[in-house]
Amino acid sequence: MASEGHGHDLPGLAHHFDSYAQQRDSATLGMWTFLVTEILFFGGLFAAYGVYRSLYPEVFRASSHTLSIQLGTFNTVVLIASSLTMALAVRGGQTGKGKLAAALLVLTLILGSVFLVVKGFEYHEKFVEHHVPGASFHFEGPDAPHAQLFFSLYFLMTGLHALHMIIGIVLVGYVAIRAASGAYTPENYNFLEGTGLYWHFVDLIWIFLFPLLYLIGRH
Amino acid sequence: MTTTPSAARTAGAAMPDGSPRTHYLNATYGLKSWLLTRDHKRIALLYLVSISVFFALGGLMAVLIRMELATPEGDLFQPDIYNRLFTMHGVLMIFFFLIPGIPAVLGNFLIPLMIGARDLAFPRINLLSWYLYSIGGLFTLWALLHGGVDTGWTFYTPLSTNYVNTSVITVGVGIFIAGFSSILTGLNFVVTIHRMRAPGLTWFRLPLFVWGAYATSLIQILGTPVIAIAILLVAAERTLHIGIFDPKLGGDPILFQHLFWFYSHPAVYIMILPSMGVVSELVATFSRKPIFGYKFVAFASIGIAVLGFFVWGHHMFVSGQSIYAGVIFSVLSMLVAVPSAIKVFNWTATLYKGSISWDTPMLYALGFIGLFTIGGLTGVMLATLGIDAHVHDTYFIIAHFHYIMVGGAIMGYLGGLHFWWPKITGRMYPLFWSKLSAIVIFIGFNVTFFPQFILGYLGMPRRYHSYPPEFQVLNVMSSAGATVLGLGYLMPLVYFIWSIRYGPKAPSNPWGATGLEWQTTSPPPVENFLTQPIVTAPPYTYPAPKRAPEVTRGV
Repeated sequence: MASEGHGHDLPGLAHHFDSYAQQRDSATLGMWTFLVTEILFFGGLFAAYGVYRSLYPEVFRASSHTLSIQLGTFNTVVLIASSLTMALAVRGGQTGKGKLAAALLVLTLILGSVFLVVKGFEYHEKFVEHHVPGASFHFEGPDAPHAQLFFSLYFLMTGLHALHMIIGIVLVGYVAIRAASGAYTPENYNFLEGTGLYWHFVDLIWIFLFPLLYLIGRH
Repeated sequence: MTTTPSAARTAGAAMPDGSPRTHYLNATYGLKSWLLTRDHKRIALLYLVSISVFFALGGLMAVLIRMELATPEGDLFQPDIYNRLFTMHGVLMIFFFLIPGIPAVLGNFLIPLMIGARDLAFPRINLLSWYLYSIGGLFTLWALLHGGVDTGWTFYTPLSTNYVNTSVITVGVGIFIAGFSSILTGLNFVVTIHRMRAPGLTWFRLPLFVWGAYATSLIQILGTPVIAIAILLVAAERTLHIGIFDPKLGGDPILFQHLFWFYSHPAVYIMILPSMGVVSELVATFSRKPIFGYKFVAFASIGIAVLGFFVWGHHMFVSGQSIYAGVIFSVLSMLVAVPSAIKVFNWTATLYKGSISWDTPMLYALGFIGLFTIGGLTGVMLATLGIDAHVHDTYFIIAHFHYIMVGGAIMGYLGGLHFWWPKITGRMYPLFWSKLSAIVIFIGFNVTFFPQFILGYLGMPRRYHSYPPEFQVLNVMSSAGATVLGLGYLMPLVYFIWSIRYGPKAPSNPWGATGLEWQTTSPPPVENFLTQPIVTAPPYTYPAPKRAPEVTRGV
């Protein structure tokens, strides 16, 4: 693009930055800022959850108890493990160990996929039990008419989270290929680090979803 | 940061009069060089063209609305067509003109220049923003061609979810995508302002336009995701009937209003804050004085951005919100008047004993101050619970927010466009016609919207295509004013386009202003500056360089 005035010809440093440090700081700040917007995006759903849970506490507790706490706990462990492999992968990219980083990223990808498969089984179970909102919705218990609200929020929140997981898995696959080809150097591993931040964020959303949806009212 | 070694090389390729042979406009040619550009200056021009198209379309809707309202009977359009007209007018003007308008056009062009950077932090994301905006716009236009949408731009539930049969989801998708564009622009600006400032350019040496853009970006980042989720929920409600906003299933329609206004009230400040930044630049430049109370004006921008997030409930005084919430929102809304008034008083104090010149940008800026003051003070009236209960959903509201959005935001936008046009294009525009346009727009605006204050106070409700005959005189005044206003808006369109080809060449610093953007050539080179600028002084160190003869002599 620029036909004149290049400040430098350093590899992997965009023309409008003066140093690798400036480029890295910008990338990191940009990613954190993006995650702030994500928090507010989910925040709308958390607000809706808060409103309806306080309006209909009985049926929210009863509905919550139909979710499988075993599968939810298993998925929580899987996601936390994937965050560990992700963090190690970023460290590998930072220290120039591309092959190691790629292997850890593949492991992250597998753990993320396991989460989604388990989530799929849970959705299937809800479908069989007629807990999917819509014409065939059926629920028995106290204040049953309002159970649909809980399951609407359950599917919206976990669905949006799963969508973020799928985007994350695509990104992790991409950076794994790049890492294997040695694209990340101690000077510039910004995209890998950004992907890592995103992955941890998606993990953290689950850390809030799990108690809100699965654990309420269990002592 | 250091002076770039290659800068000296390019400086050698200068014309005898000091301007370089190549600049960002003639460095490369062809459609591809524009559609794939990552140069913030070219992207600003892409935005300028696209938002002008949406402004023209939104304006066309306004023309049709005012034609219908020239007579008391609903004789031009069926009621449901009229509903679509005012809805599409609002959607196009707010989401596709006012919100992207000043940040994406002037901010994109100016922020790197004002802070002495070669580009925004993320040039590719910047181009992506424009594409997302365009795709969102095309969705909305497609919906428009398929009958549009008739819920009002506010998409209130349960009307939008359970009752209407129009393109709610298509327009919603359009707004959702354009929202991504808005978020990415804000993110780009925040990172750029934090990380890309020239050596010596501390926060309190930043031009006030940059402070305004920074505050705007914060709102875009924090507010836009919330309307995105609100739109998503409306779409889910319409397609899957999940009940979040449906009272029949235990949902609460008011929750939608909360989510909607949590963004859409701060969005008003997305529209006005950049204009305030422009006005700060103009008032200082054309009074030849440093801005009075720089830090107060800078912090007032941040103050408005922060307070703006705590006032959304004033849209819901009569929606069934608790009276205690109403009282709190009323008091918080009035607090916004404090930073706003700080700005107006400081501009006035800057004018005081200044050496004022009546150039076109200054006329627009002075128009802004007057009209914004009326819009702001009526805003304080509306924040009062008793008055709001009386004039809610009347033309008083319409007049109030048009004084802010049209009288404020658009006056500032046009003032900024006139101020930086020589920098953007390297050409001057006709001084006589441009001054005339500022006066015509000011008069046309007031004749259009002042009668609406009276109409609203007398009780004429908004969003109706017919009205009792006793309201006709004021409505005819308003429609006549709209005609004048429309002609006023056409004038800059004509002479700006004329100036690109026939306007006299502009010097680097036609107004004798102090900002960094005036220290590079007009139009700027691709990399903005031939040598890395180093800042050693605060902004607005007027009196400054002499004004160029092109400006004083006239065209």
